Amino acid sequence: MTLRLERGTFTTTFTQRLKELSGQDLFTCYQCGKCSAGCPSASVMETPPHAVVRLAWLGQEKALRGLNTYWLCAACLTCDLRCPKGIDVSRIMEALRVMFLRPREEPDMVAPDSLPKDMLSRIPQQALVAGLRKYTK
Amino acid sequence: MKTYYYPGCTLPDKARDFDTSARACCELLGLELEEMERWVCCGSAFKLDHKNIMQHLAPIRNLAEVHKEGGRLMTLCVFCYNSLKRANYAFLAEPDKHEVINDFIESDYDGKVPVVHLLEMLKDEVGFEALAEKVKRPLGGLRVAPFYGCLLLRPQEEIGFEDPENPTVMEKLFEALGAEVVSYPHRLECCGSYLSLKDRDHTTSMVTRVLESAVEAGANAIVTSCPMCNFNFEFFGGELVARDTIHTFYFTELLALALGADRKLCGLEQHETDVDRLIDEALAAPATAAAGSETAGSGTSGARASGDQAPDARNG
Ligand code: SF4
Ligand code: SF4
Repeated sequence: MTLRLERGTFTTTFTQRLKELSGQDLFTCYQCGKCSAGCPSASVMETPPHAVVRLAWLGQEKALRGLNTYWLCAACLTCDLRCPKGIDVSRIMEALRVMFLRPREEPDMVAPDSLPKDMLSRIPQQALVAGLRKYTK
Repeated sequence: MKTYYYPGCTLPDKARDFDTSARACCELLGLELEEMERWVCCGSAFKLDHKNIMQHLAPIRNLAEVHKEGGRLMTLCVFCYNSLKRANYAFLAEPDKHEVINDFIESDYDGKVPVVHLLEMLKDEVGFEALAEKVKRPLGGLRVAPFYGCLLLRPQEEIGFEDPENPTVMEKLFEALGAEVVSYPHRLECCGSYLSLKDRDHTTSMVTRVLESAVEAGANAIVTSCPMCNFNFEFFGGELVARDTIHTFYFTELLALALGADRKLCGLEQHETDVDRLIDEALAAPATAAAGSETAGSGTSGARASGDQAPDARNG
């Protein structure tokens, strides 16, 4: 992917908002990749967590929009536990979910009645509450 | 300090086994509990948007409820545990917001209600040596893979009852119960959690990775403290579950069994696999560790030594 960086890219309203919602200082990241190394979903993410952090600090809102990364984040907190710079990447993922979820116009990503019947009859309540909080407005 | 039990939304229904067996364990261990009279949902997944304390009002409301009575809150589901404990931490970190929150939820909460998990009580209050002495039915034929998952131990600075990269509490517990504890590399991985609602193929691969790792290390049982993990393991475990190669339990089910609780009170009902058969075999086998002396069914233990009759895990 080619990115064209211009003055002002780093401090857009997007990056400000992301920083505010996540509470994380994106610039602290030194791209060691440890967050991605321990991430249980990295293998199916289009862009792994460390690269998402990089895109975020470069203010690349367009490149981030539409990625599957933050929708495949299970909030397992491994990245938070292991980042040598003390960055809580799980909070960055949550912030991206929130920022991209609100303006979404497509149908909800998860609807209880679209789940297979045998699953719905057994799935724990906590999973529905957690999933609906992450995936629906 | 009085201990109030917070069951949460799942234990009275989809995880009744967890609830029933935990109550039986506490009874047998002399841990006094009183179920909270009024409680609300803890919010399940802790909201990670930074500093928006409004997101945490539900868990804080529960803590304020316990505060009124004066006591501490004990919970079993790790989603509840994580959410309640982290919300408390967030609340304590923002003293300037206490007044407005208390006004809103009509309370005078100060952030001081301790949130504990039953595993913490077993470790710090009962102690594993004392526990081993109370074992009536050592779990000799069980090869147990403790599974910690994500939320019981992370993040360290907010939960902090065990080293999240190298915990030992469940290993010590099952050694005390006379089971063989299996060491395997995936005990701290994620089961897929709520991703199972949206990405079933990916959840299947996450679950398979964990279960295969446990089975390869020789386990015939994987033990958790989370209804989410149990569901994912059983629902997405494929052949390993269909063929009874590995069984999923709440730690309290096996603890209650080992402590000699009536089998009906050990849970053991909401399972996909034939746990009765496994347990009959386990109880008949000799204990692997120095737990309890009254070996139930010791007459047959020789013929049913650990592993002899259990389904062959590695080829399952
Ligand atoms: S582990 Fe931390 S420092 Fe390393 S790439 Fe990830 S966010 Fe950046
Ligand atoms: S919290 Fe999300 S991004 Fe971080 S390791 Fe877990 S799944 Fe990956």
